[in-house]
Amino acid sequence: MTAILDDTPSPPLPAVRGRRPAGVLVAGTLLALVVIAAVCAPLLAPYAPDTIDLSSSLVGTGHDHLLGTDSSGQDLLSRALFGARSSLMAPLALLAVAGVLGVTLGVLAAWRGGWVDVLVSRLTDVMYAFPGLLFTVLIIAVFGAGMTTSVLALGLAFTPTVAKYTRSLALSEARKPYVDAYRVQGMGGLRICAAHVVPNLARAILGYLVVLFGEALMSLATLSYLGFGAQPPSSDWGLMVQEGQAAIVQGAMLPALVPGTAIALVVVCFNVVGVWAADRLGRQ
Amino acid sequence: MALRLALRVGRRLTGVLATLLAASFVIFAAVYAAPGDPAVFLAGGRDKLTPERLAQVRAEYHLDEPLFVQYGRWLWDCVHLDLGRSFKYSDQVADLVAARFPTTLQLVLYATVLFVVLGVGAGVLAAVKRSTWVDSAVVGATTLAASVPSFVAAIALVSFFGVRLGWFPVTGSGTGFLGTVRHLTLPALSLALGALALVSRVTRQAMVDAAASDHVEAARASGVPERDIVRRHVLRNALGPIVTMCGLVMAGMLAGTVVVETAFGLSGIGSLLVGAINTHDFPVAQAVLLLMVTGYIVVTTLVDAVHPLLDPRVEGAHR
Amino acid sequence: MSEIRVPGTGGPGAAPDALLEVTDLTLRLPGAARPVLDSVSLTVAPGEVVALVGESGSGKSTTAKAALGLFPPGAVASGSVRFDGAEVLGLTGERLRAHRARGVALVHQDPRAALNPVRRVGDFLVERGASRSEAVELLASVGLPDPERRVRQRPHELSGGMLQRVVIAGALAARPRLLLADEATSALDVTTQADILALLRGLRAEHGLGLLFITHDLHLAAAYSDRVYVMYAGRVVESRTAGALFTAPAHPYTQGLLTCSPTLGDTGTPLHPIPGRPPSLSDTFPGCPFTDRCAHSQPTCETWAPIQVALPDGGTAACALLADSDRPVPSVGSWSARRAERVGTAPSNGTDTAQVIHE
Repeated sequence: MTAILDDTPSPPLPAVRGRRPAGVLVAGTLLALVVIAAVCAPLLAPYAPDTIDLSSSLVGTGHDHLLGTDSSGQDLLSRALFGARSSLMAPLALLAVAGVLGVTLGVLAAWRGGWVDVLVSRLTDVMYAFPGLLFTVLIIAVFGAGMTTSVLALGLAFTPTVAKYTRSLALSEARKPYVDAYRVQGMGGLRICAAHVVPNLARAILGYLVVLFGEALMSLATLSYLGFGAQPPSSDWGLMVQEGQAAIVQGAMLPALVPGTAIALVVVCFNVVGVWAADRLGRQ
Repeated sequence: MALRLALRVGRRLTGVLATLLAASFVIFAAVYAAPGDPAVFLAGGRDKLTPERLAQVRAEYHLDEPLFVQYGRWLWDCVHLDLGRSFKYSDQVADLVAARFPTTLQLVLYATVLFVVLGVGAGVLAAVKRSTWVDSAVVGATTLAASVPSFVAAIALVSFFGVRLGWFPVTGSGTGFLGTVRHLTLPALSLALGALALVSRVTRQAMVDAAASDHVEAARASGVPERDIVRRHVLRNALGPIVTMCGLVMAGMLAGTVVVETAFGLSGIGSLLVGAINTHDFPVAQAVLLLMVTGYIVVTTLVDAVHPLLDPRVEGAHR
Repeated sequence: MSEIRVPGTGGPGAAPDALLEVTDLTLRLPGAARPVLDSVSLTVAPGEVVALVGESGSGKSTTAKAALGLFPPGAVASGSVRFDGAEVLGLTGERLRAHRARGVALVHQDPRAALNPVRRVGDFLVERGASRSEAVELLASVGLPDPERRVRQRPHELSGGMLQRVVIAGALAARPRLLLADEATSALDVTTQADILALLRGLRAEHGLGLLFITHDLHLAAAYSDRVYVMYAGRVVESRTAGALFTAPAHPYTQGLLTCSPTLGDTGTPLHPIPGRPPSLSDTFPGCPFTDRCAHSQPTCETWAPIQVALPDGGTAACALLADSDRPVPSVGSWSARRAERVGTAPSNGTDTAQVIHE
């Protein structure tokens, strides 16, 4: 053991500000490419994502199929490109749901205090008693599988986190002098919140949602993988992994690895960019 | 003093029980949120549903009584391990769960051993080699690992170590100790991988904080060997946050088995839950959810209770 | 075996066989506008009690820790720190550890912070080189009652005074030849403080230890030690025998320190706080660092680079007014003569300790 704990000055914490802008640049570029690919999927994809060709089932990489095919002979590159659309849009929708609900509850709890605050925090406690995806799984067990259910259920599951964050921000914002000034002018609480408090917090909350994006994408892909989210014939990445898994034992790994790599890549990039963006947006 | 301690424990237990009751109520009452007749829902949908069956479900769940009475009966039955009857397997749910629970428990324990050894080890390494390339490598690698969902890690591990190299079996849970270890290695690794970042980061930070204490500088000024300083002062004093975090991560892993057991075709309660949802076998889903939530709450509470034992200052304050 | 290498830096009465010999120690920190220590020289002989006095931030603790080869992060040191003739600066790894484990021991200011709260008292002593049975003996030798029980206790179960005894026992466990007491009694109440001071003095006599006693209390320093170094802004401004310092302080800063604290039965005399504030690491000084706060400041002081000026009694002081012998410092003598009558001179034997502490 060396004496490094000893005499070195504390370094800036890793994964925080100013960390390897080069890494952020690379990750950002990759994300931009993925988004462009998703938007331009019809132009870029060599095949329609649902072209079934059983004669070319489980073909490896080659001229006809750059990333090979799955067991139904569907071109994996084309599927992955089209799959990017739902795989990126769904987390966005999820965060929109969590954002609207979470900010509303958080501001309400901070603004009204008292029993409203207690109620929100009790609800949060109960939801936090369900580890991981179990709260979402319960909702899906009741309402049935499907992308819409998954997005709404996960949106609900992410709500307490957003609410908690918003509440802490709103608490300090509500103590600022301008709030009293508006009150004195006779402005209602709802209007002060909607017109001033929330817009002032928007940047920080947005930054927080960017950080949550990676987790949102991971959670949705996991649900799709379990068969709770996207349903066939969707090309959602999580579902593609599930469909491709059976071929692994036959030695064909691409059907599962192509979408799996896509998920991991996008999440990594989002985590790198997210931390940086949250830091930039958090500093006003 | 003893009274105060009793009060503290009492208050804590009351809080835990309240949370447990609320969570179980949510699990129970979810039936009523389902569209349509709860009896039909509980019977697993309209397919092959006979009036006799429907009447049986109504009676079994006391659906004609007020909600809270139903909940009370259900809870009473659950406490007595009467979890109802599965429609798919037409078996006692309790038996189903009991038969599959050992696999899940083994998986969670194996994954816990892995993430504690690897995660705490990596964190200690990063703290000791602070501000060097080792530190950056640990932080980078664990952050990367945390960005890979467990099912993607699972298929990547299966592809490489299972199929390509043939080192580990691809499915099943094996028999005997060695067989179990061989079969559960890849699943446990997929489960542990995501936890490494969190555990190593907490370990690293706790050690860096502990290393900044005056008594560490005092020990160093007295020429105590660096090995002893790291082990007996820095790591020892950082143990509180590390153990807490490891306990919380382990508790959360109960839920993680849902994905990993499905990916590896293990027959534990996680895959049981997924199967139950896909076949509309709601009593089974209810029972597994209740078990997982209870396990999670109990383990997190225990972790909380262990903390004073690691820090005699807290223990002393209790006396 | 060692000799004084730089003539005139050892101060008055410095033994030729100095245990600790610091010569022209200069310490720079990245980001600090001036050196933390600037040409500090001092010696401690075996069996000698030497006090290092100054306000917080004057560099007294930093000087003491330099004897252990313990420097703030990023510090760059020049000069020389010799212990028993061997250079300490530049020691690394196992040799640095061995130096710290033997020879020199530090008694910390805050005993509660110096002990690991989760480990037992006995572990603390064993870790520093004592065996289990020696640990009990050590605790007994520093006057801790019921030592068998104490070794099994944890720090939060002991009072501050008891803990300071434990810390001293820990320092003795390494069988050191030089004890560094860094404000070792400042955190204790007055009666405990007197006990600890008497204990340290007794140990010094018993083991022939050198004792470097760091304090902000000039009265205590003068009463307790053989020689006193007064530090200001990282420099030694005056180096005298305790008696000479008390009766005839030469440097205006030392005079200021003596007049700014009250004395027993002296309620009639007004107190004279030193104006201004202690310098920080961002303050730089083209000349004498004390000139802004000095009552006798002359225009030349602004640019006078401080050097040690030899005094007739063998001490030194770094003051421009003393360098120019035609212009003696005003007020030296009149005030301190009155004071000397009251307190008595050079109370360097143990019996006077308590009296001065209660002052």
